[in-house]
This record gives sequence, structure tokens and C-alpha cells, in this order.
Amino acid sequence: MTAASTKTLLDPLFESNPIALQVLGICSALAVTTKLETALVMCLAVISVLALSNVSISLLRNFIPGNVRIIVQLTIIASLVIMTDQVLKAYIYEISKQLSVFVGLIITNCIIMGRAEAYAMQNGPLDSLLDGLGNGLGYSAILMATAFLRELLAQGTVFGAVVLPKVHDGGWYNPNGLLGISAGAFFIIGLFIWALRSWKTEQVEPEG
Amino acid sequence: MRHNALYTILFSGAVCVACAVLVSSAAVSLKENQLRNAALDKQRNVLFAAGLAQAGEDLDANEVQRRFEGIRSLVIDLRTGERTDIDPTGFDQAKAAKDPATSREAPRNRASVKRLPDHALVYEIMDGERPSMAVVPIEGYGLWSTLYGFLAVGQDGNTIEGITYYQHGETPGLGGEVDNPNWKSLWPGRKIYGAAGDPAIRVIKGTAGSPADAPHQVDGLTGATITSNGVTSMLDFWLGDSGFKTYLKQFQEGQAL
Repeated sequence: MTAASTKTLLDPLFESNPIALQVLGICSALAVTTKLETALVMCLAVISVLALSNVSISLLRNFIPGNVRIIVQLTIIASLVIMTDQVLKAYIYEISKQLSVFVGLIITNCIIMGRAEAYAMQNGPLDSLLDGLGNGLGYSAILMATAFLRELLAQGTVFGAVVLPKVHDGGWYNPNGLLGISAGAFFIIGLFIWALRSWKTEQVEPEG
Repeated sequence: MRHNALYTILFSGAVCVACAVLVSSAAVSLKENQLRNAALDKQRNVLFAAGLAQAGEDLDANEVQRRFEGIRSLVIDLRTGERTDIDPTGFDQAKAAKDPATSREAPRNRASVKRLPDHALVYEIMDGERPSMAVVPIEGYGLWSTLYGFLAVGQDGNTIEGITYYQHGETPGLGGEVDNPNWKSLWPGRKIYGAAGDPAIRVIKGTAGSPADAPHQVDGLTGATITSNGVTSMLDFWLGDSGFKTYLKQFQEGQAL
């Protein structure tokens, strides 16, 4: 793999993370991160949709008429999302039940439209695939970290296994209810953004 | 890129057709699997409510089928509580509740149930020839969502044997604790009906004590008063006159024969 394609793949992890730098895809990041299990499935769904939509849009990029390009992108993305949702319902029913509408809402996840419009429309299919995977991984990194903290602190478990036994169940841990609700995810994601921008100060937006 | 209008229309049409074909073939080819999953999920939850399976147990389709052998599904008339000849395999209670021909407007209730189906699907757990337990569906509004579940009632038509929810969107860690096995384990042994014959079972604030001390009370869910009240309201409604009260009465009388 060349240096440029490695950069395409890995940059979205920290250098241009879709959630932390571009602050996209926040809605689903709040909704599905109460448990690691649901967050993981959501990440896999987003990665596959993002990779496939980037590749298909990149393949079509020279044929898509400019004046209807957004609609064409959206049609392709929506079809991929519906197919993903159908596959989840058919093979991992339990988890798809918990994700409820949020798989369907991947259609409106700005990361996917954003990458299609900003990258796949200008670049070849292979680079677009890497860009899609990279951004999907960047999204997933934040989601999984958020879900880890939320599940651990709100429910005392990691992937459903008890780590901090709750007082409620005869243990010693008094769970943090705030992290169980969506607002709690805001604090965690906010802390991540703060940490990342303290580390990589070039990401700080100029004031004024 | 500039193209003429005809190209744009043809291109858009082609994209639509291609996407439509993909989506519909996925939907059609996976449908059978999905329906089987949904049915299996419901059956699994009937087993949970009846205490014939424990949460966390890995139940595949064959195992569920095997444990379901001793269970009789039947469609009852919700108005009279009597059994009907309607085939339970094809009966969809949610659909029946939406169709004006097979449902009516529900009386005002705190569980926010809008329409009441004429018929309902119940499960009787057979102990040899005689049923030992009835499992009835319950649903009602909590804080954010409608909770759907099952309640298992013993031979006397009054003692709760178990409760389970198979679908809800309550806050994880708070109202979502309706799924907590510890909370669910507080239910067996409690009584539904009070001295006047009306549902008296309540989810209270705080701790209720053992079924012997507090036969009609169950501990509330900490930090989830509205979900707890929702559980009380739905039991009040579904076990009351509009719900399964007449059926449970007949179920219990059938036992005495």
C-alpha cells in the first residue's frame, strides 16, 4: 500500500475524525452507545454502507449529471441502508430490534453523504473504498469508546459481562444514571473532542 | 459535468430501477428468515414469562420448538373470554387491533391503549391434559415507548408466575431495567386481584417485601417512576374487565372441573 493510500485510510481516525473534527453523525453516536453490542453492530453497518456507497458513487462519478447528483447519491445510499437493515433483521434479529430506527437513519448520517460528495465524486473507486473504510473506522473508534464508558459506568458491564457489580444486584457499584441517557454521551464525546484538540492543536478552530 | 435533460432523465431512471431491483430482491429473499426470527422471538419470550427458560440461555429454533410442544396456543374472544376456533398460527393480534372490523375503540385507560381487538392470542402451558399456566400478552405506554410483553398466570387465575417484555424503548439502566432478571424475579407469587375482584397489583415506589407480606405490590424501578406506573397501568387494563379478566376466570373455573 502506498503512503498516500495509507493516509486516506488512517487519517480519519485522528487527523480528520468525522465525529471529533467534523462533528458529523452525532445523533446516532448518542443513540446507540448505551451498550457496546449495539454500538458494534451499528459501526459495522455504517462501515459497510460507507464503503459500498463510496465505491458505487465513485464508479458512477463520470456519468452522474451534476444537477441531480445529490439525489442520485441519496438514492444509492438509501438502497444500501435498506439492504443492510434487511440483512440485520434476517440474521441478528435481537440486536436489530434494539437498534430499531437507527439503522434506517444511517441514510441521514451526514458522514456518508459528506464522503460521497467530498471524496467519491472526485476520486477513483479504490481510493474511495479506503476513504469509506477509514471514515467508518474513525466513526467507530469514537462510538466504541463512548459505548465502553457508558455501558461500564451506567450499567457496570462490558459487552454484557458484569465488571462492576451494582448495589442493586448485591454488589458495591452505584451506577451513574446520567450516562445511561443520551445527554450523558454528549459529555463523553465533548471530552474526547477536547482531548483530541489538546493533542492535535491544529484542529482547534480559530476564534472570532 | 453538463448533460442534456434527456440524459439526466434516463440516467435517473436507470439508477432508480437498479436500486429498486436490489432493494426488493433483498427484501423478498430475506423475508422468510425475518418472519421466522420475529415468531421465534415471541415464542422465546413466552417461555421466559412462563419460567420455562432463563434469560441468557441460548435457545435455538429447535430448542424453542421442543419446549413449545407442551404449550397450547389459542385465540380467545376478549369480550366473553371464551375459546374460539380461529387458527392461532395465522392470527396477528396487532393487525386485528388495527382493523375496524375486528376491533373497537378501547375505553379510556391510563395504559394509552387506543384500540382493543375482539380476539387475543393466549398460550396455555399444559401439564398433561390440563393447563397449569396461562400466558397473556400485555402492552402499554411507559415513558418513551410502548412496552410489549407477556404475563404468566397460575392455575388459580390469580397468582403471577412471571413477566417479561420483548419490545420497548425505555431508557437503558432506568426504565430499561424492566428487563433486569432480578426485578422480574420479584413477580412470581404475587396476586393480581384484590378482595373486590379488580386488579390490585401495583408497582410501588420503594421496596415491597416478599409476596407473602405484600401480595399485590412489586418494587418500583429506581429512577423510573413513569415506566413503573406504566407497568401498573397496563396490568390494570389488561387484567381488568376490558382485558383478560373473564378469560382468567374461566381458566380458573376450567381447572376446578
